[in-house]
Amino acid sequence: MVRRASSQKSMEGRYRVNPGRYLLYRLTTAAIVLGGVSVLTFLLVHLTPGDPARTILSQQMDQTPPESAVESFRAEHGLDESLYVQYFSWITDVLRGDFGHSYYTNRSVGELLVSHLPPTIELAVASLVVALVIAIPAGVISAVHHGEWLDLVSQAGALIGVSMPNFWLGYLLILVFSVRLGFLPVTGSGELAHLILPAIALGTGMTAIITRLVRSSMLEVLDQAYLETARAKGLSERIVLYKHALRNALIPVVTVAGLQLGFVLNGAVVIEIVFQRPGLGMLLVDAIFDRDYPIVQGVVLVIAMAFVVTNLLVDLAYEYLDPRIRLAEGKS
Amino acid sequence: MSAGTDWLTVLRDQFQQRVSSHLLALARPFSLEIAAAMQTIRQNPPMAVGAGIVALVGLTAVFGPELVPYDPATQNAERSLQSPSLAHPMGTDQFGRDMLSRVVHGARISIGIAIAVTTIRVGVGTLVGVVAGAAGGWVDEALMRLVDIQLAFPGLILALIVAGVLGESLRNLMLALAVVGWGSYARIVRGTVLTIGERTYVTAAGLYGTPRRRLFRRHFLPHIASPVLVIATLNLGTVVLATAGLSFIGLGAQPPTPEWGTMIDNGQRYLVQASWLVNAPGLAIVLTVLGFNLLGDGLRDRLDPQQQTRLEEV
Repeated sequence: MVRRASSQKSMEGRYRVNPGRYLLYRLTTAAIVLGGVSVLTFLLVHLTPGDPARTILSQQMDQTPPESAVESFRAEHGLDESLYVQYFSWITDVLRGDFGHSYYTNRSVGELLVSHLPPTIELAVASLVVALVIAIPAGVISAVHHGEWLDLVSQAGALIGVSMPNFWLGYLLILVFSVRLGFLPVTGSGELAHLILPAIALGTGMTAIITRLVRSSMLEVLDQAYLETARAKGLSERIVLYKHALRNALIPVVTVAGLQLGFVLNGAVVIEIVFQRPGLGMLLVDAIFDRDYPIVQGVVLVIAMAFVVTNLLVDLAYEYLDPRIRLAEGKS
Repeated sequence: MSAGTDWLTVLRDQFQQRVSSHLLALARPFSLEIAAAMQTIRQNPPMAVGAGIVALVGLTAVFGPELVPYDPATQNAERSLQSPSLAHPMGTDQFGRDMLSRVVHGARISIGIAIAVTTIRVGVGTLVGVVAGAAGGWVDEALMRLVDIQLAFPGLILALIVAGVLGESLRNLMLALAVVGWGSYARIVRGTVLTIGERTYVTAAGLYGTPRRRLFRRHFLPHIASPVLVIATLNLGTVVLATAGLSFIGLGAQPPTPEWGTMIDNGQRYLVQASWLVNAPGLAIVLTVLGFNLLGDGLRDRLDPQQQTRLEEV
């Protein structure tokens, strides 16, 4: 379940009565968070020691750049203005859909984002699918065989899964499936075969977290009286478990799985480097090393947006899935 | 009997009484904690295993570097890329450096960073949480929105940017990780301060004129300590993972520093010929994080039966 700061809860409570106003409230908070992120990244990037003009020019020219070149670079990229002016011209451009241009290649950051987004989305969705496909049955089996060896094995597996650095797991998978067995290609992107190993490497941590959650959620549900009723009606154990019990047990899982989708971006950065996938993470890391700030700011904003939107959708889905919340709203 | 000795006796008695009551107040929960912990270890074997692993890794970090026979940085071209043997149980890397020595030195780096980062996070988070909970009003709102922004963003990416902008070094990596991870502490401490503050006995103590500092120490601190301890233990593991990940990308420790993530990055070029270069540090990371996770889960079962503490990933 999503825990929120209690002040926010009360604020939400106030607005929750009216769905339209509640949505408006959520959108406003989302906008505030995005605005905050944009200001923070901008300041972080611009207030740190080191002059990007000098750094980039000296790398491009392979010598100390002449003062005139530095001046013209600054003028070209608006770096000679005050911070305040720079921020507002950047953010108004962004709101108009213009993310600026790379310091190095002068390519449009917007275009770069659009071309690097699909591999990352593919990877994120694929790893979530891997996680759900393994975690839900594993969690149910664990709960049904509570305390038996199957449960112990799945719990131990989950524990090792959360403790494993995903980039090392990536290399292990490459070693076993690509090098030793020769089943799958090592790096690249575009085909389904390229997606399998990265998705497993990235999905393992999530699998572990969701398995534990399904297990504890199922354990709670399994005690409920309505399952006895279902059994007494003569329904098969399979239907009782997978239709009656799992349905309710999955409600908190939806929330966590959705939130995990946001956190997947954390791991995607590293996994994209391991498997050489040209996604957002790789774009970001390259830009950071190059001090290519327009790209860094653009990627951060896109990630923040993805995160905020996922959170919002998850919350809305949660309310849709749990009739008790809707009923409570209807009464109030 | 002179007046002087009387005074002295009275003073001494008072002093002893005060000091011992203070010491008792401090010591009692701790001794109970310890006794209960011993019992938990008997009842909760996974937690005992976790504690064992943590002790092992901790001892390795403290004493290991003095005990290993090879220097982690000395190169020896004749011995490059040797597979694991009796002389080099974890093999050697492309410069002929002993991997076991490097992994053991890596323990000191990883554990050191994990402790430093977690300490800063606990300090900042607790302070922010207490201030927000105690002050209320706009201070509370402002601080909590800051926490919201922090938690509403993938932490590792934020740390990546901070570390990248500051420049590639272990110290900057540590700063970056400390900056991004205190939000979950602030939230839980604030929540605890608010709930405890509403309890009747705390209100009564306040009305009684108990000094705020004493109120905090006697009534708030014990309730804050448990959840913070649980999050911190689990946090140590995530910091080890994050440090390795960022160093792997190239943002933390720089070669030849024997940091585990850096070692995996160095070794991946020889993945096919010398897989031990990747697997030795990889296994070290898994073992360390596993230890912290087992211990943290056990502590949570013991100290926080309602499972209120949940770690936001960083």
